Amino acid sequence: MMSDLHLMSIAGLSAGLRAGDFTSVELTRHFLQRIQQFDGELNAVLTLAEEQALEQAKAADERIRAGDGGPLTGIPLLHKDIFCTQGVRTTCGSRMLDNFISPYDATVVSRLKDAGVVMLGKTNMDEFAMGSSNETSFYGPVKNPWDRERVPGGSSGGSAAAVAARLAVAATGTDTGGSIRQPAALCGITGLKPTYGRVSRYGMIAFASSLDQAGPMTRSAEDAAHLLGAMAGFDERDSTSVDRPVDDYAGQLNQPLKGLKIGMVKEFFGEGLNPGMNASMQTAIDTLKTLGVEMREVSLPNSHYSVPAYYVVAPAECSSNLSRFDGVRFGHRCENPQDLEDLYKRSRAEGFGPEVKRRIMIGAYALSAGYYDAYYLKAQQVRQVIADDFRQAFAEVDILLGPASPETAFRLGEKSDDPVSMYLSDIYTIAVNLAGLPALSMPAPMVDELPAGLQLIGNYFEEGRLLALAHQLQQISDWHRQMPSGY
Amino acid sequence: MQWETVIGLEIHTQLTTKSKIFSGASTAFGAEPNTQACLVDLGFPGVLPVLNEAVVKKAILFGTAVEAEIARRAVFARKNYFYPDLPKGYQISQLELPIVGPGHVDITLENGDNKRIGVTRAHLEEDAGKSLHEDFHGMTGIDLNRAGTPLLEIVSEPDMSSAKEALAYAKKIHQIVVYLGICDGNMQEGSFRVDANVSVRPVGQKELGTRAELKNINSFRFLEKAINFEVERQIDILEAGGRVVQETRLYDAARDETRSMRSKEEANDYRYFPDPDLLPLIIEEDFIAETVQEMPELPAARRARFEEQYGLSAYDADVLTATREQADYYETVVAEAGDAKLSANWVMVELAGALNKAGLDLPQSPVSARRFSGLVKRIADNTISGKIAKQVFETMWESEDSADAIIEAKGLKQITDAGAIEAIVDEVISGNPAQVENFRNAAPDKQPKMLGFFVGQVMKKSQGKANPKQVNELLRKKLADA
Repeated sequence: MMSDLHLMSIAGLSAGLRAGDFTSVELTRHFLQRIQQFDGELNAVLTLAEEQALEQAKAADERIRAGDGGPLTGIPLLHKDIFCTQGVRTTCGSRMLDNFISPYDATVVSRLKDAGVVMLGKTNMDEFAMGSSNETSFYGPVKNPWDRERVPGGSSGGSAAAVAARLAVAATGTDTGGSIRQPAALCGITGLKPTYGRVSRYGMIAFASSLDQAGPMTRSAEDAAHLLGAMAGFDERDSTSVDRPVDDYAGQLNQPLKGLKIGMVKEFFGEGLNPGMNASMQTAIDTLKTLGVEMREVSLPNSHYSVPAYYVVAPAECSSNLSRFDGVRFGHRCENPQDLEDLYKRSRAEGFGPEVKRRIMIGAYALSAGYYDAYYLKAQQVRQVIADDFRQAFAEVDILLGPASPETAFRLGEKSDDPVSMYLSDIYTIAVNLAGLPALSMPAPMVDELPAGLQLIGNYFEEGRLLALAHQLQQISDWHRQMPSGY
Repeated sequence: MQWETVIGLEIHTQLTTKSKIFSGASTAFGAEPNTQACLVDLGFPGVLPVLNEAVVKKAILFGTAVEAEIARRAVFARKNYFYPDLPKGYQISQLELPIVGPGHVDITLENGDNKRIGVTRAHLEEDAGKSLHEDFHGMTGIDLNRAGTPLLEIVSEPDMSSAKEALAYAKKIHQIVVYLGICDGNMQEGSFRVDANVSVRPVGQKELGTRAELKNINSFRFLEKAINFEVERQIDILEAGGRVVQETRLYDAARDETRSMRSKEEANDYRYFPDPDLLPLIIEEDFIAETVQEMPELPAARRARFEEQYGLSAYDADVLTATREQADYYETVVAEAGDAKLSANWVMVELAGALNKAGLDLPQSPVSARRFSGLVKRIADNTISGKIAKQVFETMWESEDSADAIIEAKGLKQITDAGAIEAIVDEVISGNPAQVENFRNAAPDKQPKMLGFFVGQVMKKSQGKANPKQVNELLRKKLADA
């Protein structure tokens, strides 16, 4: 029994904790041990918070004994290292923050703490969340547990690999252009990017403020529903968070879906899609149909503009968001600065890696006098056009469907010298961020022994329906139960 | 050649809010360095700004006071540049959609004419911290207490053509923001900072000359001096055949000159763009209406009311309403003391004189309006004469006592008892037979002047307490009688 704890769902673990079958301390030790055993080769975890985790587990056990707490009390998970955690190093995958210990908790972290979760540690990620393969991390790439020669996807690659290898029950991630969904697809787990504004961004180190959104990365839609329920909600410290009640996601998982209209996005099944991936999607769709949903084809005619628009908006915002890393108050500072300019230039030159620098340069250029209208303003207009495409599609159907990624996990180093080909691996996920919609990726049938991700996109604040559809599909399929061997 | 000066002002007013524009940290001036900067002000990773509603109300009040349009949709934008006292590497400001649109104020010129000066816009922004270059031996100290303090930047049209006009406009804006209670107006502490854009051109030329922006002007006096220096400097350059460079110049009060700080070529490209951390500010009609309800009476309206309600001269009304504090002070006094003209005189002459002598502003007056009104009331009801009142006022200035307590303690109460006054009058008449004789023999038109001697004697004997009116009447009667 004890050796199989890592295979259990959140609901199963919560019941076991309450029944006294095991304690949160035992559960926590189990996962800490697994991380120590397997993470050497995966590199998914950057910081292990062993002492703090065991303290939190002890406190959770007391709450449970007192009949207090909820479904997440005592459940061990990992946080992406983009969330500020008081007293535990927060690096954002960058040398710039190698020495940074946050004096406060991100809202996501404090909410989950209040719910009683145990934080095992922090996961590896692309530097400042800029990347699709986890290869831009200052701490080296994360390996995909399905094939350690391959990337786990990014930027939440550490979280995806850790959950896939069962090194934690679940993990948090963030998604600016696909950073939850693409690694979830490549590692064979379920990952949800909520509606923009559903989860507070306070304490989440900003990459592109108008696109960033935190979400759960789990082994099932049911687990995701539990996690999202605790993460979501209005936060007065984030002006872009939306003041609107949070749905009972877990309670709505079995809502009737018969007659639900699902639109296959024509543009997501075009030329760029790998044939094996296409076959996987068709199998998933056939299974979906048995739930009594109605399938039809819809079009997002302007979706091909989403990658170029994104690579103006996101770098523009990042060029400004990352200005605070100047070597003055926190983070990396160069040795023996000669003067102020030297301090700025060397601290930033040494602290940031090449992909971050590339995006800062692109963004500063796009915002500069004389180019602003042609780039930034135009990109914002395109964003509107893309949102309009979605609005029209949702007038016809309830949920949109397509692959989360054009291909399965690629080899380490395969795209690292070709930024444009790397950027295109988010071709199916980016439009969703530009429009601010919720979307999830869930495992579809494997392609050549590698995971494939099915993407479901919902209308604003319809996370509940997305999770219900994914959950009911997972009740009649077992793609999400497959796990990499050796773990 | 004849030259014409063109001046526009940019005035940064610090808004008087308890907390900062985007964080809950205190805005109080003078605290220990870096003790009033929270994580948001320090620009820590992950923190986000949240707009303080109080600043929006203050901007609406200002906009309404200068008859400007209030934007229904205003957008905060980031102004990007690196500086150690700018923690985030950008300042949150407003560029394309400021909260206050075009408006205007009227200034009075020296010849008494009015001139209308356009207010182009006013926008909300956060202040930066302070860089302290002294005391750190070749290094720079950073104090971030001021970082995030709310500012309303008020930009004028280039409508002023002399330093005097610029001064009148700046004082007018100062008067408005202080009246509105949105800014404390303290120029020394930097709560009200004036930058002047100055250029000259030959009279008759249409296009503007190249301008210099003057900074570091921390008093009205220096504003006038800085502009005058700069105008002469530019004319000298042009008359020598040179060209004025577009640049920012610092005013050095000690040397009374302006010095180049940075030229246009060195200027930053600020890469403004809408701040994605703050949604566009949507201002509802109801919110404006509700805010304007809190609008205090403005100087022009108050001046008119003072003339109407209190029967004051235009001059008195103007002086008394010059500052909100003074007008409030006056109204407290008049409400208690009753006599409007007497109250006006005492506030404008005695109180103002004493403050001036002590080098104090009205808010620092040792005599509060309530206490002062107690004094004026006793003059109005004849308890003391004006002369005794001055004595009482001196004592009040030095103590916490009320006018009544001082009058009582020193026995300064005016003698109005007819019998008591008659006794003193009789005493003076019988004690000065020669003067009485002279008086009675004098021509009637000389007599009033000669009466003064007797009045003086009576007042002296009564230690100034006899009611002068009664003394006069009685003396006239008695001297005529015999």
